Amino acid sequence: MPEFLTLRVNGEPVQVIAPVHKTLLEVLREDLGLTGTKHGCELGECGTCTVLVDGEPVLSCLVLPVECQGQEILTVEGLAASGRLHPLQQAFAELGAAQCGYCIPGILLTSKALLDASPQPTRDEIREALAGNLCRCTGYTKILEAVELAALRMAGEERAAAGGLGARAAGQGGGR
Amino acid sequence: MMRLPPFRYLAPRSVAEAVRQLADHGPDAMVVAGGTDLYPNMKRRQFEPRVLVGLRGIRELAGIRGSARQGMVLAAGATLTQVSNHPEVLRHYPAVARAADLVSTPQLRNMGTIGGNVCVDTRCNYYNQSYAWRKAIGFCMKKDGDICLVAPGSDRCLAISSSDTAPVLWSLGASVRLVGPKGERVIPISALYQDDGIQYLTKAADEILTEIVLPPVDGLRATYWKLRRRGSFDFPVLGVGVALRMEGEVCREARIVLGAVASQPREAADAGRLLVGERLTPELIDRVAEAAAKPSKPLDNTDLVYHYRKRMTRVYVARALRELAGLPVGEFPLGMTARN
Amino acid sequence: MSPKEELAVIGKPLPKVDAWEKVAGDTRFADDLFLPRMAYAKILRSCHPHALIKRIETSRARALPGVYAVITGADFPPVKFGIMPTSQDEEVLCTEKVRFVGDPVAAVAAVDEETAERATELIDVEYEVLPTIMSIEQALAQEKVRIHEYGDGPNIHKAVSLEFGDVEEAFRQAHLVREDVFYFEGNTHLPMEQHAAVARWGPDGKLTLWSSTQTPHYVHRAMAKVLGLPMSHVRVIATPNGGGFGGKSDPFSHEMVVARFAQLTGRPVKCTLTREEVFYCHRGRHPVLMWVKTGVTKTGEILGMHFRSWLDGGAYGSYGVASTYYTGVLQTSTYKVPVYKFEGMRVFTNKPPCGPKRGHGTPQPRYALECHLDKIAADLGLDPVELRRRQLVDEFSMTANHLTITTCGLGECIDKVVEASGWRDKFRKLPPGRGVGFAASAYITGAGLPIYWNKMPHSGVIVKIDRGGGVTVFCGSTDIGQGSDSVLAYVVAEVLGIAPEDIRVVTGDTDLTPVDLGSYSSRVTIMTGNAAKEAAEKLQGLLFDAAAKKLDVPPSALEARARRIFVRDDPDKGMSFPDAAQLAEAAYGTLAAAGSYTPPMRGGKFKGSGVGPTPAYSYSACVVEVAVDPETGEVRPVEIWIAHDVGRAINPLLVEGQVEGSIYMGLGEALMEEQVFRKGLHKIPSMLEYKSPTTLETPEIRTVLVETLDPEGPFGAKESGQGPLLPVIPAIANAVYDAVGVRVDEVPITPEKVLKGLDLRAQGKEPRVGPERVPAARFPEPIRVPLPGEDSTLEAQATIYRRAIHRREGPRS
Repeated sequence: MPEFLTLRVNGEPVQVIAPVHKTLLEVLREDLGLTGTKHGCELGECGTCTVLVDGEPVLSCLVLPVECQGQEILTVEGLAASGRLHPLQQAFAELGAAQCGYCIPGILLTSKALLDASPQPTRDEIREALAGNLCRCTGYTKILEAVELAALRMAGEERAAAGGLGARAAGQGGGR
Repeated sequence: MMRLPPFRYLAPRSVAEAVRQLADHGPDAMVVAGGTDLYPNMKRRQFEPRVLVGLRGIRELAGIRGSARQGMVLAAGATLTQVSNHPEVLRHYPAVARAADLVSTPQLRNMGTIGGNVCVDTRCNYYNQSYAWRKAIGFCMKKDGDICLVAPGSDRCLAISSSDTAPVLWSLGASVRLVGPKGERVIPISALYQDDGIQYLTKAADEILTEIVLPPVDGLRATYWKLRRRGSFDFPVLGVGVALRMEGEVCREARIVLGAVASQPREAADAGRLLVGERLTPELIDRVAEAAAKPSKPLDNTDLVYHYRKRMTRVYVARALRELAGLPVGEFPLGMTARN
Repeated sequence: MSPKEELAVIGKPLPKVDAWEKVAGDTRFADDLFLPRMAYAKILRSCHPHALIKRIETSRARALPGVYAVITGADFPPVKFGIMPTSQDEEVLCTEKVRFVGDPVAAVAAVDEETAERATELIDVEYEVLPTIMSIEQALAQEKVRIHEYGDGPNIHKAVSLEFGDVEEAFRQAHLVREDVFYFEGNTHLPMEQHAAVARWGPDGKLTLWSSTQTPHYVHRAMAKVLGLPMSHVRVIATPNGGGFGGKSDPFSHEMVVARFAQLTGRPVKCTLTREEVFYCHRGRHPVLMWVKTGVTKTGEILGMHFRSWLDGGAYGSYGVASTYYTGVLQTSTYKVPVYKFEGMRVFTNKPPCGPKRGHGTPQPRYALECHLDKIAADLGLDPVELRRRQLVDEFSMTANHLTITTCGLGECIDKVVEASGWRDKFRKLPPGRGVGFAASAYITGAGLPIYWNKMPHSGVIVKIDRGGGVTVFCGSTDIGQGSDSVLAYVVAEVLGIAPEDIRVVTGDTDLTPVDLGSYSSRVTIMTGNAAKEAAEKLQGLLFDAAAKKLDVPPSALEARARRIFVRDDPDKGMSFPDAAQLAEAAYGTLAAAGSYTPPMRGGKFKGSGVGPTPAYSYSACVVEVAVDPETGEVRPVEIWIAHDVGRAINPLLVEGQVEGSIYMGLGEALMEEQVFRKGLHKIPSMLEYKSPTTLETPEIRTVLVETLDPEGPFGAKESGQGPLLPVIPAIANAVYDAVGVRVDEVPITPEKVLKGLDLRAQGKEPRVGPERVPAARFPEPIRVPLPGEDSTLEAQATIYRRAIHRREGPRS
């Protein structure tokens, strides 16, 4: 039987009528039109569908909306508050961290939760935090770099970060 | 997209209410906490409950309390992240924190509960497959069929106990509190399990596991070693929980418990006895590891070749003991987990 | 060609043109499409690996409320399809026979996915089960069991044999002749996005298909054929691919199923595969058994090589004919192999069909060959890098099998990785359990021939300039994440002197865009880049002519840069790009131009010479350092260094991304990924059990880009998306040998294999784990092809070619 649910998604209250067995992933994509949340297995085995619930990364394919009533759900669509890209989004775009981009919404949200809890993570801490998000395109290298760049910028070290970027531009065609 | 079959969802506010609801709906009902084990299984039609009793909203099932001196209580609904990050657990029961931290992925640990991990369904790569796959190969006795595909001569299901936390909790002598319609009982966690891939828990269907009770630390030192292919996602294909009570250099009490080698965690009791009254010399450790590997009888129903997993039992028990003895543990601490 | 420093866009680490929408979650992948009144399709797949279909009963499924239509193979014209013209062996839905677990049998369209799925379970299929063939050995042994009726022998899809020079004579001359046998287990692409397709049948009787495909043009052709429609009434739109790696390069049943359903129901219809179904679509890495025999001089120079491969093709042809040749043809394009013989055979088995995965048919032989050479170096007591370094192919030369080499930066690549990795201080010098391994490779930059024989261009581009200075680029190419849309923008921006963000790129739409053959064979940058350059240069000519008149200077005095067209020697004298566009439109009419690209016709004049030729080869050299746990056999890569000759990095950021992604994929194949079967079924069709490395298994990757400015490539560019995968796998295997003295001649290199090797070593036996034997050879008589030097016309051609490119492009900078 369809249920009437009130959820908070990306800072706004939304009403949904959906059968209780529809997962949060399905409701976000099919009932709320928030197709930025992707899926790769629907069994909790890839991390692609990650969203934040009360700031914690969870797998939307294994959550029922009824289980997160009253909680804040954040999807990739809510990451760019008031039309301005989150520093993570900016860094991912600039550094080529998104190739096919399919795993990226989940990775951005997982990274946001990491930086919210630990603003200056080491590379190994980023690896740990992202160990539940598979990416088949990038070898993770540029993803790790982008999280580091975003962290630097968010810490207000804009200048250092810009210097880092400039150095990359100058080193075109060369190795690192 | 893999989808859940339809069901009714009940959201009791107390354990008593949950127990009542379970009893009311009988075999049609199952409890769900984090959902990380049940929902994938339901999507593959390994379970088809008509009613789910959701435990998330029950306050009694949340929280971690107690102390090293009195022992600690992990409410069944505490998430694996909460267990692995809890300062007191980390300080006094680091093996429990480690085992919880080695479960699957960060996201899954944010959702999955310690109670769920203790009760996690047994696994088998003939069973953890879609309905269509299982139909194609011919259903097994754990769901929809009547033979065991791992060992067709077997009269019982040989699915593998796949809990990371259970071997450690067993080695520490933890207990669990079960609440059912007839009241509640506290039993040693070792009594929660039985070696049957289908009925792997002695818990009655209408009982709810509400807490895990850790005994006072009292000199107990424990560790957990996990074998798997990758540093995240993967279930254990071998788990080794070891707890020792040392008096100076001498071991007074020892428990070695193996995970993922049978349908329940399996204590290597003979091996543990070899340690009692002895010093942890490298030679003794090798002998104990050899003995501990005896009850390890992996089958070809999970990742990595089974004879390799058998062989690794000895290596991992030795490494766990060496770690507790302060001896070097080889090139990669924690083996294939690539972590810590 | 302009000197490097004059370029404004090319060579800059710019964001991709689609980066912003990707990070915003705004990119519409196929499954993100929701059309009004849309129905959902599910496919019923075979539960037997090999069986005859006796009867299909769909009435129970049809009766289920919410079901719109149920179809079987009888609902399609009786034609078969397949990517290669010679292997038209697939049916949309099987009518007589199923050939693997997962073969499509029937399909349902319903109000939602759940109903469709439930209805598939109500379809009753009666099968007559046939004996099953699950391995190369079984395929060759069980001649009475036939998976297909066509091919080069019982269960032999393709058998080829080519000999260039007298290989036996070369062995007689050799100081050392070594034979080795290797096996490479199959593995799959595992794109994060599951394949999906949406079809809409318009009231005008025309079909639109949106699909996550890498090859919209080939899908277009197959759709028209299978549905019996004129191609002009079929429009295929390739949605952005959430990863492809070769796995979305064939036309697939689900694409045709949604089309037929759209026609039957008058509704848009979507089908999104489950992860398990993606494992069944497969078309991934062939399992290949290989035998190689090489004769060398005392100092390790190769005198002759004989290579045999047996490919386990799975149940259908797919790209298999090409795959078979690819296991043999590129042995000669890395090191000089003066005399060469190749015999290859692809067999049918009752498994999901294999096809092209990143490196298509070449990672397997590259693994074999680089390990084989490592052993030869050890036999001769030579440094394995030195052994290779002294016999690299020459630039602008021709190989024994008539492949034309243009630029080759492999020497520089080798020097760079040797230095970066500290090879000399590490090889045979690290403590026990630690080791380094080396390997090198070459890869094609686009196949020289299309999939179906024709004389038309491989890639077309149309560029249009708006009165406001906005530029739109139209091309049939498909962005699968590699950045092909961005390459179009960069090339056009460079030529027209504008910024990539001034350009809109429209791609992968058979109604709107000129044909590009697709995202496969590393062809896109070179082919679309050259076509885009040609189109943009035509427009540049018009803009310059119009501006020159106004400025009263010759057009040759002008330059386009920074959104202006101005006099090179007097930059203040000029006009804005939009002003120039308006002048040009007034003078010449609507501003649009087309460019097209056809690769040079090269290769020998013998049967089979079509696979291997390419405009240019990329080169890679790789060093891997590993740690091996002697008690557990676990191999852990510590660090990977790679240098890749990309000709020119159009965007170094994207090239690095391709290299890093290739390393990652090679790493997974080397150590853990395998597509394995049990009792006729895929053993592990899930993301959990098919082991793809996570952040924790992926080591630091050090990438060096080498630029050789190839005369064939746009601005000198060659490929980077596939080649860098090739050396990773043998470099790991060779590093394991350096670490623990064990040869694992079978991929993946799992802990139990390493441990078995260590056991053998401890027992004083040969510490090698791998296949012991190969099937008795049943190859056809070889086609004996004269070496290029023996045939004056060929040699003459090569000389003419050498002169031609030097004249056209001038000497390399």
